[in-house]
Amino acid sequence: MHGRPRKAPTPEEENASSLKATKLRSLQSQFLQNHHSKNYTKEALEISAKLLESNPEFYTAWNYRKLAVEHNLKQSETGTDPDSIESIIDEELRVAESALRRNFKSYGAWYHRKWVLRKGHTSTDRELQLLEAFQKRDARNFHAWNYRRFIAALMDRSDAEELLYTTDMINKNFSNYSAWHNRSVLLSHLLEKRAQGFFPKEKVLTDEYDLVHQALFTDPDDQSGWFYHLWLLDQTVKVETPLLISSWPANGVDLNVSSDSFPLILYFSEAVEGVNSSTISVESAWDANKDLFWRPLSANNSGSAQAWVAHLDFPNEKPESLKSFPVKVSLGHSQGIVSSNGFHYAHPSCFEFTVCVRPQNKEHDPRQSIEMISWRDENFHVNETHFQVSSDPIKYFDQLKIDENSEPTGSKWHLKTIANEIALFRELLSEINCKIGKLTLARLLTAHDAMMPYTKSPDAYEMIHFEEVLELYSNLMKLDPAHSRYYKDEYSLVLFQQVASSRESLLKHCFLYGGSTGSSINNYICLRLNNLSLSRIGSVQKLLWVQMLDLSHNELQSIEGLEAMQLLSCLNLSNNKLGSFTALEPLRLLKSLKVLDISYNEIGAHSVDTRRYLCSSPLSHTAGSDWNFDEFAVSGVKVTNYWEAFSIFKGLNLTQLDIVGNAIPDEKFKLFLFRLLPSLKWLDGEELH
Amino acid sequence: MGELEVEKHVKYILLVEKRKDDFESVVMEHLRMNGAYWGLTTLDLLGKLETVDTEEVVSWVMKCQHESGGFGGNVGHDPHLLYTLSSVQVLALFDKINVLDTDRVSNYIAGLQNDDGSFSGDMWGEVDTRFSYIAICCLSLLHHLDKINVEKAVKYIVSCKNLDGGFGCTPGGESHAGQVFCCVGALSITGSLHHIDKDLLGWWLCERQVKSGGLNGRPEKLPDVCYSWWVLSSLIMIDRVHWIDKEKLVKFILDCQDKENGGISDRPDDAVDVYHTYFGVAGLSLLEYPGLKAIDPAYALPVDVVNRIFFGR
Ligand SMILES: [Zn+2]
Repeated sequence: MHGRPRKAPTPEEENASSLKATKLRSLQSQFLQNHHSKNYTKEALEISAKLLESNPEFYTAWNYRKLAVEHNLKQSETGTDPDSIESIIDEELRVAESALRRNFKSYGAWYHRKWVLRKGHTSTDRELQLLEAFQKRDARNFHAWNYRRFIAALMDRSDAEELLYTTDMINKNFSNYSAWHNRSVLLSHLLEKRAQGFFPKEKVLTDEYDLVHQALFTDPDDQSGWFYHLWLLDQTVKVETPLLISSWPANGVDLNVSSDSFPLILYFSEAVEGVNSSTISVESAWDANKDLFWRPLSANNSGSAQAWVAHLDFPNEKPESLKSFPVKVSLGHSQGIVSSNGFHYAHPSCFEFTVCVRPQNKEHDPRQSIEMISWRDENFHVNETHFQVSSDPIKYFDQLKIDENSEPTGSKWHLKTIANEIALFRELLSEINCKIGKLTLARLLTAHDAMMPYTKSPDAYEMIHFEEVLELYSNLMKLDPAHSRYYKDEYSLVLFQQVASSRESLLKHCFLYGGSTGSSINNYICLRLNNLSLSRIGSVQKLLWVQMLDLSHNELQSIEGLEAMQLLSCLNLSNNKLGSFTALEPLRLLKSLKVLDISYNEIGAHSVDTRRYLCSSPLSHTAGSDWNFDEFAVSGVKVTNYWEAFSIFKGLNLTQLDIVGNAIPDEKFKLFLFRLLPSLKWLDGEELH
Repeated sequence: MGELEVEKHVKYILLVEKRKDDFESVVMEHLRMNGAYWGLTTLDLLGKLETVDTEEVVSWVMKCQHESGGFGGNVGHDPHLLYTLSSVQVLALFDKINVLDTDRVSNYIAGLQNDDGSFSGDMWGEVDTRFSYIAICCLSLLHHLDKINVEKAVKYIVSCKNLDGGFGCTPGGESHAGQVFCCVGALSITGSLHHIDKDLLGWWLCERQVKSGGLNGRPEKLPDVCYSWWVLSSLIMIDRVHWIDKEKLVKFILDCQDKENGGISDRPDDAVDVYHTYFGVAGLSLLEYPGLKAIDPAYALPVDVVNRIFFGR
């Protein structure tokens, strides 16, 4: 099926082929007869051997031989069969070997050999020799490599010994991804065990960098070393234990709230589980906040997430007393918060803020007072003075204070190693213009910057490489156009980092919303990140305070990350590339969202839904058991056709929705939306009655 | 760039179905059930499934079922997960899952789960993440996922994850696009995609695209039409398919057509077969090639078939 040239067979070839077919067919039918009648005589076995030697993929024949082995072993144990156990086993090894010589990619033949060896009764000495022969023929054959791991385990060969074998293979030919792969597996084990000669990790990694440099610099276009280098970089910079990297409210905030409940958000360095009222302690003046219910902000039901939310309740007893109440949140004092790799949160830390509950105006029906939000430019004003007031949430954007007492993630060795690598790749790039050099340099600089916040004081916190990294990615888009959208996504992430890196850069994008007077939304600070060609969202941990966000006129096809922004109440996603309702999955978790603009996207325009398995649905067994479409039935429509919209909108309380400009032509769909969103007051700019 | 030769491919598939006497057909006899799945799904994607006699197919499929509940690759061949999934998929295409005793089939599959969560392909115990996918996909189509320990099954798959973000056959096995599809598919169906580093795996997968526009299955290997499916479906499930150049890939697949006699091959000017014809057409469907039915990236069945199973009629 692979690598045969396409040509019409000559009559001679056709004859030969049909002759071969007749022979094989007769072998196959003889064999099946023997198999069905459980005939395990020498002659019958001979037929199956012949069959397998010419067609090793005929799996039933391997099964038959296993049955025969078991049958004959039993016979020889009871002494009625003259064949010794050894000769039975040897014969199987012979058949498997000659089948492998015919086709060394045959799953059945490799497995038969394993099955036989597992029975014991024979030496494994020959196996490494045999493997060497196969690996000489094809150094990348993954069956052979898998078999090698099996044999190494069976023979109790040490990981260090096997590591030497990969060194040999790599030195013979740098372009052996299989060997690099096996090396990473073995080395991971050895480092984890802190085996003799593989400690400290720093020394081992330094040697590995040297090895992979040889590969990368010998042929930068060969991919074999790329992924290994990326893995080394990850080994160098990764912090094993999860950290709390930001929160809302942030440490030190004096918060004014007008409602009697608000979200408390914790944002970790990676997805964790085990966030609950026993692992997080919240001290406040109200008992009600002792047993908080923590919810993971992720699309699946995994119970693990990078961001977690709980709602703090402040009974509005005495509205006239504008007293501030302190709240203290501490975590890490008891075990239980665990990363997906099994590492426990290990830095006991705490943060504090104060809450002042302002009296609410409850005089009229909320639906009456709802005004339409207009995202037009003239409604947004720059107002520097407003941002100086003490309630300014951005003032506290730098939540890194939390980690003040924890250990810096970048030790001297880490920083030196990354700096070395940066210098080396800069040198490479001064000689040749190569993609992997640029990409690696961009990644190294990003890794370097990511280590900085922990080693500098927050005030001096300044990322020096943004411009250089952005330049590298723009360059890569031109150099390697086939993958340009990968670089574009990376570019967007860096842009987000840059915007969120300092108060000053954030302020450039902050505006006061001032629509018609009297709106409750008035004087909201809107973060406007429109028209930046952003293709994905990042640095959300620094944007947890945002209530109004304008991401219109970008190239977003995913809004992953927004789920952490629990304060969001107005969101503009118009004129992006969102391709389906399922792409809106993160919104499902934004319970305070009221105003949503998704007009002029590509919803409904694609036959392939790339978010189909990243959202909750019956297809992935993550939702659906409680879906009752009947309640929202619209006559003459299969409501199940709208399951994507149903899954997103059913839990939201939107008052304003703009959806025009997508491929949703159906008027009936609007009827369905009205049923689903009874709170809706504005649809596509028109007031509903 | 040429066009998809729909009529010729349909003719080719129907011809292969009937051909039984040449060497190729004899060599492939043991996996005829897979062949049926490849051929019939292609016909459905091309909108031509009605040219097939449903009763004939269903009764042949049922002849391949064993007492145990599992299916063989052909009549008289041993049961194995590989052919059990194809059987269920073929029946699903014709909306005939109801002819099955789904309990019996599911029990056969569930019985192959091992203590560590992995699955054997059959009673002889070969373990591979391919079988994890098959078991999970098949049980889900039969609405019997509750018969296995899903948590352990997921844990085993995750234990086969590599430094490059991909997956191998067993723990420590090298990443391979086919294996990646199986693991990503199984994790999709069980709502467990959070175990995947989508950016890391996405980059490994998108780097499978070589200069010609085709995709290979591992670094430094030749491109091959069948990887259009394995790589593309995986990229779609983790929402990273925009990282490759789709137009170039469409061109590569179309260049692999036999424009005279129909069928698609692994590479331009090689001999065609049903396997690559299916993966070529399915790949084009994933690339939103006009006129083709959409295919579901996880269940490897047309989207309308999958929606019928999970959202009712
Ligand atoms: Zn192929």
